[in-house]
Amino acid sequence: MTDYDIIIVGAGPAGSTVARSAAENGLNVLLLEKRQEIGVPVRCAEGVGKEKFNEIFKDIDKKWISAEVDGAKVYSPDKKTEIVLSGDKAGNEAGYVLNRKIFDKDLVKLATLAGSDLMVKTTATGLKKNKDQGTIELTMQNSDEIFTAETKILIGADGIESKIGNWAGMNTTLNLNELESCVQYQMTNIDFDERFCHFYLSYETIPGGYLWIFPKGKNVANIGLGVLSSLSKKSPKEYLDNFVNNNFPDGKIIEINAGGVPVGYPLKSAVNDNVMLVGDAARHVDPITGGGILNAMIGGLFATNIAIESINKKDYSVKTLKKYDELWKNDFGKTLHRNKKVQEKLLTTDDKTLNSIFHSMENYNITEANTKKLLYEIIKRNPKLLWDLKGLFI
Amino acid sequence: MERKININRYKCACCGACIAVCNFNANEIINTFLEIKDKNCTLCFSCIKACPFRAIELEE
Ligand SMILES: Cc1cc2nc3c(=O)[nH]c(=O)nc-3n(C[C@H](O)[C@H](O)[C@H](O)COP(=O)(O)OP(=O)(O)OC[C@H]3O[C@@H](n4cnc5c(N)ncnc54)[C@H](O)[C@@H]3O)c2cc1C
Ligand code: SF4
Ligand code: SF4
Repeated sequence: MTDYDIIIVGAGPAGSTVARSAAENGLNVLLLEKRQEIGVPVRCAEGVGKEKFNEIFKDIDKKWISAEVDGAKVYSPDKKTEIVLSGDKAGNEAGYVLNRKIFDKDLVKLATLAGSDLMVKTTATGLKKNKDQGTIELTMQNSDEIFTAETKILIGADGIESKIGNWAGMNTTLNLNELESCVQYQMTNIDFDERFCHFYLSYETIPGGYLWIFPKGKNVANIGLGVLSSLSKKSPKEYLDNFVNNNFPDGKIIEINAGGVPVGYPLKSAVNDNVMLVGDAARHVDPITGGGILNAMIGGLFATNIAIESINKKDYSVKTLKKYDELWKNDFGKTLHRNKKVQEKLLTTDDKTLNSIFHSMENYNITEANTKKLLYEIIKRNPKLLWDLKGLFI
Repeated sequence: MERKININRYKCACCGACIAVCNFNANEIINTFLEIKDKNCTLCFSCIKACPFRAIELEE
């Protein structure tokens, strides 16, 4: 007898989504988290699109949400032009800024209430294929105790620092041009338009990434930036300090966060025999926005469906699990691919060109805007510059 | 003395960015502590460039 149908490594949004829905479907599930406290330290700006989030959760707990925004404002490098994306109609830019310390912990609670086992401060340290049984033996450590468990399916939901993929023979190591290196301050005592999330672009002062201000409540915001590791000349912290000193000299930092965001092309495959990767472990993050929370949960639900199917069929081979690849590729995978192409183009665009692109977008303010429509409009208005991207949007 | 990398504990924020770019399984966060496995480390310096706080330093 195997110990578990599914073992999930990592209790972020990806892992706890799988644990909850697998347990709700009657499977025997273990969720593993190496941290001693779920969700801490936060490595996130906490923004999610409202529409998709509402689709995933029937009952949203108010405590999960720190602030609600009407849309986004994107600023040109010279700050002379801003593009406003407001979502009060049907667009997907209206959003929530979550409180992930509460949200992540609540998702884990929901998984345990559905019947999932949970171990915290317990690290997955290695895996072995059990050829005779066609299962996996996972080694874990908690305190001095080293132990193993056998599982039919192993879910790698171990985030940016994922090891499961590499252990299972899929190379998920990122190159320096595939990693945004991020620093964020949660600040109080700052004055800004709290109805919007704000995005600043500049090749010179934020190379290969962007700077964000996401409201967290009255006079509080997450202010952070990510820069592409292969391009940044200074440390991300220096770039951020510069912006904060110039724009919010009276602001007080009440929390410091950091993190890495994967921004390469999506993996060709996120599965191997017995193993599926979800969330950041599968590098399911939008290369332009850096958003990964929603994909982590949507991908988690896809992976659960395929896990259930494979357990019913008693077939955990890569062939069966590949259906998970089809599901995510046909869903958010398309956007990941398209936005990677656009991001590559952005990486070769200097500030002068960026300014002129923004300038071409003056008076663009449609309430039904979303990122795809905006990119389409930008290309339409700058055909010479961006001609090679045209095909992506037709 | 042999060259190796060291973590400046006053700078490190335990964010995991350095682990995503290490191709040699030479680093790991154990709860709130980043550990370097010197015997796996090839001194490729990828992690140094990935670190948001430049907390990884070369000891010569
Ligand atoms: C600075 C920053 C800002 C961001 N802003 C946004 C944003 O505004 N909106 C958005 O949608 N996304 C954002 N993201 C991305 C988002 O944070 C991730 O996409 C999301 O957290 C992915 O969830 P996950 O469950 O895959 O991984 P995680 O939330 O990272 O969870 C992985 C878990 O696995 C655990 N783990 C790892 N290894 C092991 C092991 N061996 N054994 C046991 N447990 C293990 C870790 O401790 C961790 O708790 C941002 C990221 C960063 C760094
Ligand atoms: S120097 Fe290279 S091998 Fe050593 S820990 Fe850093 S990334 Fe890994
Ligand atoms: S990237 Fe830097 S701050 Fe993050 S864990 Fe590694 S050494 Fe620490």
